[in-house]
Amino acid sequence: MSSEIADAKPTDLPKVSSGSAVVIHPRWVRITHWINVIAMFVMITSGWRIYNASPLFAFTFPPAITIGDALDGLPGALLWHFAAMWLLAVNGATYVALGILTGRFRRKLLPIRPMDVIRDLSAALTGKLSHDDLSVYNAVQRLLYAGVIAAGVVAVASGVSIWKPVQFQEVAAVFGGYDAARFVHFFAMATIVGFLLIHITLAILVPKSLRAMILGR
Amino acid sequence: MEPEERLMSKARKVIPGVDPKLLIKDAAKLLPNPARRLFLRGATSLGAITLLTGCDIVDEESAAKALLTISRFNDRVQALLFNPDKLAPTYPESAITRPFPFNGYYPEEDAPEVDGETYMLEVGGLVENKKPWTLEELYALPQEKQITRHVCVEGWSAIGSWTGTPLRDFLKRVGADLTAKYVWFQCAEGYSNTIDMPTALHPQTQMTFRFDNEILPRKYGFPMKIRIPTKLGFKNPKYVIGMHVLNQDLGGYWEDRGYNWFSGI
Repeated sequence: MSSEIADAKPTDLPKVSSGSAVVIHPRWVRITHWINVIAMFVMITSGWRIYNASPLFAFTFPPAITIGDALDGLPGALLWHFAAMWLLAVNGATYVALGILTGRFRRKLLPIRPMDVIRDLSAALTGKLSHDDLSVYNAVQRLLYAGVIAAGVVAVASGVSIWKPVQFQEVAAVFGGYDAARFVHFFAMATIVGFLLIHITLAILVPKSLRAMILGR
Repeated sequence: MEPEERLMSKARKVIPGVDPKLLIKDAAKLLPNPARRLFLRGATSLGAITLLTGCDIVDEESAAKALLTISRFNDRVQALLFNPDKLAPTYPESAITRPFPFNGYYPEEDAPEVDGETYMLEVGGLVENKKPWTLEELYALPQEKQITRHVCVEGWSAIGSWTGTPLRDFLKRVGADLTAKYVWFQCAEGYSNTIDMPTALHPQTQMTFRFDNEILPRKYGFPMKIRIPTKLGFKNPKYVIGMHVLNQDLGGYWEDRGYNWFSGI
């Protein structure tokens, strides 16, 4: 415990505002979080429409839950996807850079110990996991948040491979080439959507966590 | 009312104080021809947002205008990313996709039938020698083979074998102004494409006469296709009957329907 405090830089310590409530999420986290909501929403729903043009599996997404119309919907969906990619990339890069530079990732997400994850997961499933202190993430949260950041990075890198398989062929090669990168891109999306289902459900079940992401505390 | 129709009519609602006619006019200014204007009407409707929120966050026409502006920004980014010396990966014969898919905006039986005997390739614009070329003359040009990946805008890809003469050699041969901005291709069925000069001069950009070592069959673009392995499939015109070196962008079939103009890969 004491070593953790010793590790933290002065700026990393929870800020005490005039209202004396602890700031759980600094402003940059809240701003990048909500911009990411918009970017992810557009990327995922337009991506589903693009997927429908040449499905990888024996299903397509209902057009009503996608964006981009006209013709088969592909031109519009591509326009949305390649516009929102800038929002996602710039906002995501800002978030990851600040997460590393401020020490927030290290402080909040590490360490992730398998035994802790098993303990907290079983506690969560039996309804015994406490959310009393929102400023400390339990092991399941740490795993999910670190995992979704990794999935985001993979989604962007595989997306770059699909967008530019000649100019960025070295990146595409990491994923096993163009066709394989399409599958990686799909599963990165599926991981993010799976995360969102849990994330949004829990935000609704623990409303003060939603308040913290809006007001900071 | 059909659900789609309902969404569309909802999306037609506009921001108070904004004249929809002026918005359309503004958007149309960005678009050189009626096809693009037609595209604007239905291209970008925010199906999901309208459905989820029950309200229109973004006016449809201004959204389309903004998206097309970003698409043009993406053209410039891609032109900067384009490395004229970077070659598309090549593959062994065994990697060729068989059968190689036919693709077009019409069924295969409607593909144009060009008579090789009377075929003449028209060469125009900023070139010194505008003499049309017969197929026999074109076949006599030095040829190279490439086995590269064709990537469709829809996402699927297929590896094919194309043989022909590098476009850059042909452009030099006819005395084209290599400082011009664009090369515009006209096709027998009315299809067209405009490409940027750096791509036209890329070593793998090819005037293709053979597919898989055989004379280019009708379904793959007889008598001539332009094979560009650094661009999406729709930027690889088939049944090419005219080639013009220009400083003006004349667009193209899909480019005018909302697909990104540069479409580099």
